[in-house]
Amino acid sequence: MTSAKAKSARTARSPSTSRRGFMVGAGGFTLMLGLEGHTALAATLGKMRAGKAFSPWISIAPDGTITIMAAATEMGQGSMTSLPLVIAEELDADWGKVRIIPAPVDDKIYLNPAYQMMYTAGSNAVRVHFPRHRIFGAQVRKVLLDNAAKKLGVPVDELTTGPSVVIHEKSKRRLTYGQIAAFAEVPEKAPEIKPEQLKKPADFRLIGKDVMRVELPGKVNGSVKYSIDLQMPGMLYGVVLREPIEGAGLDKVDEAKIANLPGVVKVVKLPYGVGVLANTAWEAFAARRALDGAVAWGKKGDAQGFDSEKGMDQFSADARNLSHKVSEWTKDGNFADVFAKSASTMEAEWRNDLAYHAQMEPLNAVALVAPDGSSAELWCGTQSQTTAQQASAKALGIDRDKVKVNDMLMGGGFGRRGHRDTEFIVDAVLLSKEAKRPVKVMWTREDDIKNGRFRPMSVNYLRAGFDAGGKITSWSHRVAGDRVTPYMDPVRYEQSKGRDGILMGGADMNGYDVPNHLTELIYKDTGVRTSPLRGTGNIANRFASEGFLDEIARKQGKDPIEVRLALLTKLPRAQKVLETVAKMADWKRKRADGRGLGVAYIDYTGTYLAGIAEVSLDRRAGAIKVHDFWCAIDVGIAVQPDNVVAQTESSIVYGIGLALMETVTVKGGVVQQSNFYDYSVPRMSDVPSMHIELIKTANAPSGAGQMATPLVQPAVAGAFAQITGRYLRHAPFTPERVKRALA
Amino acid sequence: MATKFTLNGKRVTSSAPGATPLLWVIREELKLTGTKFGCGAGLCGACMVHVNGSRAYSCQTEVGSMAGKRITTIEGISRNSDHPVQKAWLAERVPQCGYCQSGQIMSAVDLLKKNKSPTREQIVEHMSTNICRCGTYQRIVKAVQRAAKEV
Ligand code: FES
Ligand code: FES
Repeated sequence: MTSAKAKSARTARSPSTSRRGFMVGAGGFTLMLGLEGHTALAATLGKMRAGKAFSPWISIAPDGTITIMAAATEMGQGSMTSLPLVIAEELDADWGKVRIIPAPVDDKIYLNPAYQMMYTAGSNAVRVHFPRHRIFGAQVRKVLLDNAAKKLGVPVDELTTGPSVVIHEKSKRRLTYGQIAAFAEVPEKAPEIKPEQLKKPADFRLIGKDVMRVELPGKVNGSVKYSIDLQMPGMLYGVVLREPIEGAGLDKVDEAKIANLPGVVKVVKLPYGVGVLANTAWEAFAARRALDGAVAWGKKGDAQGFDSEKGMDQFSADARNLSHKVSEWTKDGNFADVFAKSASTMEAEWRNDLAYHAQMEPLNAVALVAPDGSSAELWCGTQSQTTAQQASAKALGIDRDKVKVNDMLMGGGFGRRGHRDTEFIVDAVLLSKEAKRPVKVMWTREDDIKNGRFRPMSVNYLRAGFDAGGKITSWSHRVAGDRVTPYMDPVRYEQSKGRDGILMGGADMNGYDVPNHLTELIYKDTGVRTSPLRGTGNIANRFASEGFLDEIARKQGKDPIEVRLALLTKLPRAQKVLETVAKMADWKRKRADGRGLGVAYIDYTGTYLAGIAEVSLDRRAGAIKVHDFWCAIDVGIAVQPDNVVAQTESSIVYGIGLALMETVTVKGGVVQQSNFYDYSVPRMSDVPSMHIELIKTANAPSGAGQMATPLVQPAVAGAFAQITGRYLRHAPFTPERVKRALA
Repeated sequence: MATKFTLNGKRVTSSAPGATPLLWVIREELKLTGTKFGCGAGLCGACMVHVNGSRAYSCQTEVGSMAGKRITTIEGISRNSDHPVQKAWLAERVPQCGYCQSGQIMSAVDLLKKNKSPTREQIVEHMSTNICRCGTYQRIVKAVQRAAKEV
């Protein structure tokens, strides 16, 4: 096994003994603190399974250490803690004895059932895994109980459990899980668990209690390792200049210009660009700068000549052209007939620019390909262990099981790291193959933007018809937008029968009781790289539909919240979030100093939430300031309530960026932005006071990682309308656009 | 052209060319990886360290200018993660992906050194050098306020 060479003295990583290339803090570093004085000992990150395997998910060592596999990768959202926590709950484990380790790549066992592969996306980790993880925990608890019953010679139903211990109350005897592990026989087939054998929510000790996230302590002392932090003996540094337009092709590269630079080991032509291998990081980056002036590109690629500003106008013209070819997305009743007979109608259009993920860690990966190319080991931050393995194997022309994946903590994901081709990992694989040594490929921030894969641009054109009493009797929502799913994951696109749920997320009726509605899609293929980005299509589509509802309410002189409530009478959870947020924000109170309020409501894959923004406006500068943002959110059972709040704050800040400042422009097919000076993201001074209320319900848990992001644009636009009577219909609301709306 | 300086209290030598950004020397030559690369352009603060006690973007600092200087990184602000700022960071559960947090903490420590009881506005102004794409800003403010009570 070539990877033995990768053993690094610093991390003592040996592929045969460890899955994970990092350690957190000192081995036994535990913390006694909590938000509400809760003092549960924290679980820690582990490196390998210890003790007896009771199932693919759980191992228990005689010293009581419990190893639990984490199927979801960690990008800051907290799933690496919350999923094992669900297992630990039903296992009735002592959380302080739990070691969490990333699950190895095995699609059959550790898959995300929603995607049929290992993939952390869609904010669905808890939603999808919760019921299964409870069973996995309960099954092992049952095995422990059966073994204890046999050992103690008592009927199993006389036994109970406490944290990591089986108790026979009658005889006052106890067996710890560690003791049982020493002698336990594990049945070949896991026992069946009936729903009534699961804990009642009232008995939860861990779920809903806000334990310390396992990787957090190592995130305040610099000790956690991301892939960018790794080094291997003999490692080279790689940089890549990728074709500026997908498929452009390499015309020529002036290799001499690069090859003679200090420290450069090799210039490598790649199918999509040019790579350079160098001895040190700084020599690699110097070569990367030199590459910019040393390469000429071909003229191929669909995006050649594309201009996003003109493209937007074309999207708009197509969306408004009623004889344009469309495909139907959702439909109810008969829009065309009813709309034609309306007493009155309204129509409007909304636009959204391209937007960039800007995860804080520029993309990078470390690869070690065997000198004969027959196997490889990877260290990477990925949302999908499956695609990281598949894409790398494909690039090398070897079987998947010859590629070992070490998934590392991610410095942000936001959808960027879940593409089928995992191109930034393949960079490292191809360069390591060429070098016959371990290689760390790092993208610069400029690379990360120029090679960005973006939230697509889109135009939404909406029409509504009313009866004589002003009731909405028909509703049409047309989306003209660039394709995402077929580009980011052709396999998934095929599995979903050609439906692009990323682009079209949130284009439905949002649960509003409106008859005769029709959603249509005008599918664009500009050739610009696209991606799911936090909030996905919901950002653009709910901006349009919530914005439209707001305009309708204002035109009819009605309260925007009351209009929504009247359309949501069948959904008590929806009503509750709206009523709660109205109370939180003191919605009816007119604001002084020219400030305004705006509202939005969303049902985001089963998470109900509503938000209100309080906004002021500097008319001369065209600057919008969001002062406060209130949000009421119902995720059903909250596994880690404070983390749901943290994710909601995070989603709102992300939404502020998309609403106010973030825009990518493309000219001649090429991305124009290059770093944080021309692609602004929110800083502390941009962020409102956020007030989050978590509404606890007994419903099955749903997601929180991106749900609040789409609330921001429509809420801010609503507040702007309240202040000015004008509408913002093109996001982001840059000063020029604000001034144009006011003119 | 070796450069000698003090890193977290230890005397070290870098053999990188003088124009090399301190960031890469710290991370790749001296192997302290808590200091992060975010933009390489003085725009994000992920690379923040202290030079002679004041914060500096290590991506914008040439190693050649560091001769004889005292540099502190996230690894050097406490021995057991028990700096009041680190403790406050955990108590408020600030980090999400964590990638920006070394830089945030180095900026916060710098602030509290100069100003024991900063106002909210002063915190926001000082910390606006540091981007957190996970949007942990509100918790950062609370954590700085909490730490200020302890420092
Ligand atoms: S990496 Fe130095 S400021 Fe961003
Ligand atoms: S915690 Fe992720 S960038 Fe700040």
